Amino acid sequence: MADSKKKKNAPAGTVKKVMNFISGYKLPLLLSLLTAAVGVVLNILIPLFFGNAIDLIIGKGNVDFGGIKAILIKTAVAVIICAVSTWVMSTLNNRITYGVVKDIRTRAFDRITVLPLSYLDSHPTGDTVNRVINDVDTFADGLLMGFTQFFTGILTIIGTLIMLIRLNLFVALAVVCLTPLSLFVARFIAKHSYDYFKAQSEQKAAAAATADESFSNIKTVKAFGREKILSEKYDRESEKVRRTSLKAIFFSSITNPSTRFVNSIVYAAVALTGALNILSGGTMTVGLLSSALSYANRYTKPFNEISSVFAELQNALACAARVIDLIEEPAEAPDKKDALAEFEPLGNMDIDGVYFSYTPDTPLIEDFNLHVRKGERVAIVGPTGCGKTTFINLLMRFYDVNSGTISIDGINEHDLTRHALRSSFGMVLQETWLKTGTVRENIAMGKPDATDAEIEDAARRAHAHSFIKRLPNGYDTVIGEDGGNLSQGQKQLMCIARVMLMSPPILILDEATSSIDTRTEIKVQKAFAELLQNRTSFVVAHRLSTIVNSDVILVMNKGRIIEQGTHRELLEKNGFYARLWNAANTTAQ
Amino acid sequence: MKTILPYIKKYRAQSLLAPLFKMLEALLELFVPLVVKDIIDIGIGNSDKAYTLKMCGLLGALALVGLVFSITAQYFAAYAATGITKGLKSALFSHVMSLGYTEADTLGTSALITRITGDADKVQNGINLALRLLLRSPFVVFGAVIMAFTVDTSKGTSALIFAGAVPILALAVFGIMLGSMPLYTRVQRSLDRVTGNVRQHLTGVRVLRAFGREESEKASFGDASDELNRLQRIAGRVSSLMNPITYVLINGATVLLIYTGALKVDGGLLTQGAVVALYNYMAQILVELIKLADLIINISKALASAKRIGDVFSAENSQQYPAESAVPDFSAPAIEMKNVTFSYKNAGAPSLADISFSLPAGKKLGITGSTGSGKSTFVNLIPRFYDCTNGEVRIFGHNAREYSREALDSLVAVVPQKAVLFKGTIRENLLWGNENASERDIADAVSAAQCTDIIAAKKGGLDEQIEQNGANLSGGQRQRLTIARALVKKSPIILLDDSASALDFATDARLNGALSELPWHPTVITVSLRTGSIKNADEIIVLEDGAAVEKGTHDGLIAKGGVYAEINAASGGESIG
Repeated sequence: MADSKKKKNAPAGTVKKVMNFISGYKLPLLLSLLTAAVGVVLNILIPLFFGNAIDLIIGKGNVDFGGIKAILIKTAVAVIICAVSTWVMSTLNNRITYGVVKDIRTRAFDRITVLPLSYLDSHPTGDTVNRVINDVDTFADGLLMGFTQFFTGILTIIGTLIMLIRLNLFVALAVVCLTPLSLFVARFIAKHSYDYFKAQSEQKAAAAATADESFSNIKTVKAFGREKILSEKYDRESEKVRRTSLKAIFFSSITNPSTRFVNSIVYAAVALTGALNILSGGTMTVGLLSSALSYANRYTKPFNEISSVFAELQNALACAARVIDLIEEPAEAPDKKDALAEFEPLGNMDIDGVYFSYTPDTPLIEDFNLHVRKGERVAIVGPTGCGKTTFINLLMRFYDVNSGTISIDGINEHDLTRHALRSSFGMVLQETWLKTGTVRENIAMGKPDATDAEIEDAARRAHAHSFIKRLPNGYDTVIGEDGGNLSQGQKQLMCIARVMLMSPPILILDEATSSIDTRTEIKVQKAFAELLQNRTSFVVAHRLSTIVNSDVILVMNKGRIIEQGTHRELLEKNGFYARLWNAANTTAQ
Repeated sequence: MKTILPYIKKYRAQSLLAPLFKMLEALLELFVPLVVKDIIDIGIGNSDKAYTLKMCGLLGALALVGLVFSITAQYFAAYAATGITKGLKSALFSHVMSLGYTEADTLGTSALITRITGDADKVQNGINLALRLLLRSPFVVFGAVIMAFTVDTSKGTSALIFAGAVPILALAVFGIMLGSMPLYTRVQRSLDRVTGNVRQHLTGVRVLRAFGREESEKASFGDASDELNRLQRIAGRVSSLMNPITYVLINGATVLLIYTGALKVDGGLLTQGAVVALYNYMAQILVELIKLADLIINISKALASAKRIGDVFSAENSQQYPAESAVPDFSAPAIEMKNVTFSYKNAGAPSLADISFSLPAGKKLGITGSTGSGKSTFVNLIPRFYDCTNGEVRIFGHNAREYSREALDSLVAVVPQKAVLFKGTIRENLLWGNENASERDIADAVSAAQCTDIIAAKKGGLDEQIEQNGANLSGGQRQRLTIARALVKKSPIILLDDSASALDFATDARLNGALSELPWHPTVITVSLRTGSIKNADEIIVLEDGAAVEKGTHDGLIAKGGVYAEINAASGGESIG
């Protein structure tokens, strides 16, 4: 066990931390153990009662009805108590399991809301979702089911053993010596089928990848007439899957017949030793033999359960370790205690001596200085992937600068709460993101207490009102995950309306509208123009008119800010910007 | 069921042998209580030690033979299940490949992938379990009841308790299982909502933080989580009734059995050993009934999956190709459309309406218009990805429908809007256009499609591995490689469906130049949202709401000051970056 724990990469601390999760459920847990014990004891006694009853049925005219009645009534009571305690136990276990799952998920989600963007950007969404959903489930199931099974299994084994010894030592010996056989067989098979299952899942993944690729791109496949070649490829891959699956399934399906066989042998041995004992005038009786046989029948079951519990517990601990990693991931530095929470800036921004890089060995932004007065416009220009996101990350404090200061109206960004800082900015990015919910909820995202009139007014100014009105339920239309059925342009208009409603002093806009049709694009342009009035703005610019009329142009390339100045200054400099400008102008003629 | 039947044929023997051996094993198991009865009544009753030894040996022999039967059955079941499923999967794959665009659109990619992975797995599991248990479990249950009748043949037999207990037990087991199923469906839906909450928070984290929504998101996650917890507990409460209720029923029946057994023994109608045998049969029933209920749920899932797979099989490609292909007349116009109208299946309004034009071989046509104006549809009609609803599409003097699939393929090369490359080397991907292309052909295509620098930058050159969906290439690189792939085909007609949108204007201009200098002078249709990409075309068609609203050259259309001029102005003439 210690050895395998190491293998599964669950540090010793995990167990202690896991205990913490359960500590709120001490009483239900104690009750669960108690009811489990009651259930196990009665469950063991009942076959003995039946054996005793059978012993009173000896032959024609030789039946002790009084005794039988007494025993059967006793049995019926025991059966009912046993059933009730089993039910109480599983209800309690459900309560604990589902409760622990909920607690852990809540903690994981709370943690996600405070994790630094650097963590979230570097961990795939699917992986984090998997930790919060599947790992938590596996952990709770494995832990509690495993724990209960382990506990009842051990109790059953000990109890049954005591009963067998009391019935007859030889019978007990026969059972004790033969039972481990089934464990060995099960272990042996599991170990050998594991390799087949592993190979099977790899081959299955390969075949699934072919299907995925071919089905997702069936239009391309057909355009090049590749159907037959791909079908043959898939056929070869699924033939491989078949061969391995056959071995995997067959080997693992030997387990049941084999343990059943061992069980039958134990059964025969009990019958033999028991019967011989009766014949040689020992302490056994026919009724007790029948009890012993039913013990023999169920004795291997807890062994098999316990051996599977170990695997489950290991898996549960591995999952727990992943969840704990997430929960214990350091949160972003909290806001300063005396940070300003209420803040309505004019929109002057000063960036002084800022250095920033995602990883220490690739410096990106070095000694960056920029001073913007209220209402001025900063254009950010550069090829795709030039690093404009980095710039936005710093302004919004999604990432913190390595050194230097960014101030708004002379107040260092770090002296504001993040909430206060971020609510000074309105952000409209090219990648529009809407949450699942109604149109109204989405527009009111930055101002949840906005009135219907305010929301409608914002939508009108964003040129979104007319299409929203035409949606099936107007402002109450529910939008699916990530915008669902809205067009790209409509989503962008809603994002603009969202910012309109907040009316922030500073704006961050991405002008790119490549995927929007012309008509909507004109509306978006008008909405942008409206939004920009009298506000300090940072515009990821794609249009010459925007660029030429900006107060400052930042030219970015490969993550760095390489040039900075007005249009005229940059042309005189005759650098990267000048080259871009000249190239664009020659082709535009 | 109908879906799977044809594939079972090939494994008919295994599919019969598996349940047969399982039944033989079950039969042996049913003998065990009889042997024990004889040990008690004859061996112990007559103090016959040799007989007792012999009978215990028989128990061991029964176990061994049972093991052999059972393992044989498992092998046949696994063999048949994996074989049948493999046949089904391969056939399904080929069938999907044979579908037309219309059918593929209707069925949906993710659904198709689920059919061939998850659903096929469920079918395999269902077949395997059915072969193993579908006959065995009822056989043991009914066998035990029948055995009880043979053990106690007296009037008012105690075996009637069995006849009464089995249906009640079955009712309890199936009732609880079926009753909890809809509850678990609700649990699953609620879990999906919780998952959606987490996913949404991760994908939208920047926006949510920008708007300071962390607290309200926590609250909505909390609500979803509470709801899930509540539903889980309800479902758990119902399904945890199973064990206690069946336990009470089976032990209650045993109590009754022992009491009536006692009465019969007292009357000399039954022996003590017979009572023990009846007691043992009762125990066998419960185990098998629970297995059977489990099995039925699995089989019903497998049948539901099989039905979904069957639905895919019943979708047929609606397009027909002639056996005898027309021979292209290269002196005729390369592409002609005569009053072409097209509506997507189940769509209200047509996506293209009454389009007519004629494009001489070797000329260039530009198509522009807003999103949803019908540009892609226009392109898709030429290689017959879709068939026009009305009118006629003619290629080199013949209706497109008069060409065989292969002939049409060789005439038209398409660069789809979505730049898709497949897992494999760059070379393998380029060879899609023509398996027999020479190194020279590839090099020419690469250079014309402006890919030289991409390949030079890769360590492996043309043999560099492309990951699934071309994940290790940028959007622009993928677009250029898909253009190269089409050029390798050297088709007389090339269709570019907005396939240079990620290229910067300079590369786009070089590409356009290279396309006009291709040695085999293909006819080229270019679709673009940017006027810059098509301004040198011999003719430009402007689409709006499926109609050709303007036709002419770049200069002519600018001078006209209509929609084209508006599009040209809206894109700011040109853009930086």
